[in-house]
Amino acid sequence: MAGFPLLTAVLLAPICAAVLMCFVSPKSAQSVRVISAAAMTTALALTLYAFFNYDLSAGGMQFTENIPWIKDLGVHYSLGVDGISLPMLLLTDLIGLAAVYSSWNITNRPKEFYILLMILIAGVTGTFIATDLFIFLLCYEVVVIPIYIMVIIWGSTKRVSKEYAGMKLTIYLLMGSAFMLVGVVALYLTASSVLGVNTFDMQALAVAGQMGLLSEEFQIFAFLLLLLGFGSLLSMFPFHSWSPDGYAGAPTAVSMIHAGVLKKIGGYGLIRLGLLVLPLGAKFWAPVIAGLAMINVMYAAYIAIAQKDLKYVIGYSSVSHMGYVLLGFAALNVVSVSGAVANMVAHGVMSALFFAMIGFVYEKTHLRSVTELRGLAHQMPRVATGFMLAGMASLGLPGLISFIPEFTIFVGSFSVYPVFAVLAISGIIFTALYTLRVLAKVLFGPKDDKFDRYADARGAEMMPLIILGIALVGFGIFPQLLMGMVGTGTEPLLPLLERIADAPAMIGGIR
Amino acid sequence: MFYEFALEHAWLIPLLPAIAFVIIGMITRAYGKLSALIAVCMSTISFLLSAGVTYAVVNNGITVEMPFVQKLSWMHIGSVDISMGVLIDPLTAMMLIVVSTVSLLVQIYSCGYMKGDPGYGRFFSFLSLFAASMLGLVLAVNFLQMYVFWELVGLCSYLLIGFYYYKISAREAAKKAFMTTRVGDFGLLLGILLLQINFGTLDFMALKEIIPAHIMSAGTGLMTIIALLIFVGPIGKSGQFPLHVWLPDAMEGPTPVSALIHAATMVVAGVYLVGRAFFMFNELPTVMNVIAWVGGFTAFFAASIAFTQTAIKRILAYSTISQLGYMMLALGVGSLTASFFHLMTHAFFKALLFLCAGAVMHAMADEANIFKMGGLRKKMPITFATMSIGVLAIAGIPPFAGFFSKDEILVAAASVSTPLYLLGTLTAFMTAFYMARLLFVTFFGRPASEEAFEHAHEVSWFMLVPLIVLGALAVVSGLWGHVCGFGEWVRFGAPHEASIDMVIAVSSTILSLIAFGIAYNIYVAKNWSSDVIAEKCGILYKLSYNKFYIDEIYAALIKVAVDGVAKVFYWIDIYIVDGVINGLANLVGGLSNTLSKAENGQAQHYAGFFVCGVVILVAYSLYYLAVMGGAF
Repeated sequence: MAGFPLLTAVLLAPICAAVLMCFVSPKSAQSVRVISAAAMTTALALTLYAFFNYDLSAGGMQFTENIPWIKDLGVHYSLGVDGISLPMLLLTDLIGLAAVYSSWNITNRPKEFYILLMILIAGVTGTFIATDLFIFLLCYEVVVIPIYIMVIIWGSTKRVSKEYAGMKLTIYLLMGSAFMLVGVVALYLTASSVLGVNTFDMQALAVAGQMGLLSEEFQIFAFLLLLLGFGSLLSMFPFHSWSPDGYAGAPTAVSMIHAGVLKKIGGYGLIRLGLLVLPLGAKFWAPVIAGLAMINVMYAAYIAIAQKDLKYVIGYSSVSHMGYVLLGFAALNVVSVSGAVANMVAHGVMSALFFAMIGFVYEKTHLRSVTELRGLAHQMPRVATGFMLAGMASLGLPGLISFIPEFTIFVGSFSVYPVFAVLAISGIIFTALYTLRVLAKVLFGPKDDKFDRYADARGAEMMPLIILGIALVGFGIFPQLLMGMVGTGTEPLLPLLERIADAPAMIGGIR
Repeated sequence: MFYEFALEHAWLIPLLPAIAFVIIGMITRAYGKLSALIAVCMSTISFLLSAGVTYAVVNNGITVEMPFVQKLSWMHIGSVDISMGVLIDPLTAMMLIVVSTVSLLVQIYSCGYMKGDPGYGRFFSFLSLFAASMLGLVLAVNFLQMYVFWELVGLCSYLLIGFYYYKISAREAAKKAFMTTRVGDFGLLLGILLLQINFGTLDFMALKEIIPAHIMSAGTGLMTIIALLIFVGPIGKSGQFPLHVWLPDAMEGPTPVSALIHAATMVVAGVYLVGRAFFMFNELPTVMNVIAWVGGFTAFFAASIAFTQTAIKRILAYSTISQLGYMMLALGVGSLTASFFHLMTHAFFKALLFLCAGAVMHAMADEANIFKMGGLRKKMPITFATMSIGVLAIAGIPPFAGFFSKDEILVAAASVSTPLYLLGTLTAFMTAFYMARLLFVTFFGRPASEEAFEHAHEVSWFMLVPLIVLGALAVVSGLWGHVCGFGEWVRFGAPHEASIDMVIAVSSTILSLIAFGIAYNIYVAKNWSSDVIAEKCGILYKLSYNKFYIDEIYAALIKVAVDGVAKVFYWIDIYIVDGVINGLANLVGGLSNTLSKAENGQAQHYAGFFVCGVVILVAYSLYYLAVMGGAF
């Protein structure tokens, strides 16, 4: 397949589907679904091809494409994937396809829904495969608009109205991009002046940052901006409250994509831009991130215990799990950063499965409250299996996807921040507590006749469970599939991380 | 040769039941008998391979110093390299035999016991998964592999305790088991992480060299912390005080599960872990002391609760906790041989006792209270005979199995600490009493309910055959181990000579017989009234009957320290964290209201706030760049 623009094809698949759907009759819901599913299947197949044909021994950016776009500004349409972005791309397509199937029964304006969904997926895909900062930002902005519309039109109102939820999500996304934008512009201008050429090329910027061409003060300042932007996207405390409210209001597919992949752009950006381009800044702020990470894990896990609405439980749970990602990032060593990347994938699959199952139950019963749902294992054994899988992955059961990433983060961060790490690791107890309580109440207990009229998942409804379940178990039993890939992306960071090991850090690098 | 094949392919031992799990779970679940057949076949092959491995161990002279190891890299990133594989030495071989034997017998028993249950196929898929996980745990080559399967057996325990998921009590018991062991696993995980960080490996064979050297050069400080943290895992898994609370509740599961998981195999994983890592524990006197006293206290404490319980399986559950304490005590006083010897005999006679209890309950329409039974020995002669063997074995009457293993433990304890020896002997006395009480009340006397008694019947052969096999093992396994040099193979350090200390053996036997006598007088001859005795004990009886209120204390703690704090945090999140941000948004919104009379929604407030923020930041960054010598 040499010369075939594989990544462009992955990016174009949902866009083509969206364009094609514009010409389909609004009444033909079946054709929109099929087009979307076909597009995402194609994208997933291509991504899998890339995943298994990526040359692990060579590493670096592969499947690259580069076309100059705006020469004066140094903007290139350049794409590529490495060990960090390829798992994220795979995650996007897995969840994208699952989200298509999760929305199968949408009756309210399915055509518009699927068009927006495809645009959303294309935007997310673009952010992960772009190697040009400009393209990265462009794709990121593309994401914002469909999310807002989808929440407002197809969302649901419970504790907060869907309008509030939609706006909150949008504002935080915009806030992220606003801070990012400022940081990126500052970076672009500074780098252009020291390099002597205008460039948005991430690789070139990273070289500039690592060559010491960007002053330490600048790095510290610019990293703070990125941290505020990407951190709030990653629901870092205290910028996390959009996450539970937003997921609660959003339709299933948006919750899946938002919690599953969109959020991960925050962590991805922190590594790709924050760490690679501004290593001294990352080092300086790392202790703060570690502290906030610990708060994320503990505080959100506690709050999840107090929740009644399933979507809020998973919303806070995802805030809690992002604490592990932040902790892995903050420890700044190869092992911990690898764990952070892998854990983003793990959490993505797991939370998407959770939201898909909740969405299915809600679609049938219009109930989401732990106090109202009970004994669903009687009527919906397959859905119960999905819940169990997601729940067990959430509490880090070995043999499922999230165990090795979490273990890797713990190993990597323990010696750097022993106190924060121990507190964060104790999160495994609290995670188990709320997860098991929810599973027990929703799935088990006496049979409730009022749920008898709801059928179990079947046909297309089973697809999210199958797709995500295979990923959940497959990467759990064969963790090296994921870790090997991530390692090719993170192991080259070793010289960089060693160089900044002694650089100054906030509060004297307090542990 | 078959045994060479078995040794080279030992990884098949856990893999075959795992395959059974997948086949049953995915395909044949709906067909109960087919599922059971698949499970039993796979278990049989597993058992044969285990026997082959054991033969190979003896034949090839594989010792604890020179184990047979096969491993593959499972995951490596940076400096972390984790393998999966098989480590075969006499310890492993013994455990393989115990686990695969009991597992196979319990599966056969379940064919009869679970008859007619709508979840028949599901039951066998879970049992297969358990067998796979437990065998994988036994074969572990490093701490992480151990931890992986440790968690998986925990999962199976959770699934099987909650097998009757429509029962609230089963559901809650399953959750409690998972949560309580999770607390222990937290400590275990921390210990494993510290090992990985400090030594860069988790491999048992590597650590066996590194740790003693480390202690020689750097002292015991760090290792004591690590070993204590690791020991927290076994406290949870093996039901040691104060994390024992889940095990009695676990009796909500079907009885075969109680026999297999919560008596013979999974709960001894903690003992096995300590034994496997004995090269570390044995070097740390402080930790050994802790283990011995935790074990000794648990043995006594659980026995004191078993005194007053009335549900047949709960009595056995407390007895299991007590016996596990015995095994820990043996480890703590430095005798790995005694501990593992008792582990083996206990696995056979306790599985037997549970399966007998299951047969009794089966015959009595699931009645659990022993005081509603009575006189069953005429109706169920085989069950009565096998159960009597179990009781004699656990009470330590020669020549039954428990006599030899218990004697080894008491000898080991006496050589180290007199208080621990006395505690052990007292526990043995109590054990004999409450087990005799169980036997006498259930099988002797007059039936409590004539109607139920009329319906009582001997159970089917599916259930009787395992009882008879286990009964035979409960008779011979002790003597066999004693005569055939168990301690030459399963040991730590120098080979252990089996010997019987006449003073200890005779005194503990006499004490057990006295306990039988007392129980006979109270429950069969009715010379003494149990009610009067209970009344005289007053507060002690109440404490024992209510399990020292430990469950209530924990429930209160969780209510305050977890649910209470959770509510506080939620309040803070809504009204303070979110409130501040909304407030700031409102502030900005208020300012902008003077400029325009735009719609006054939350949304605009947010937007206004962030636009202002961005403007300020852009201005500041430009200023910053200008001042700091940027591009302008």
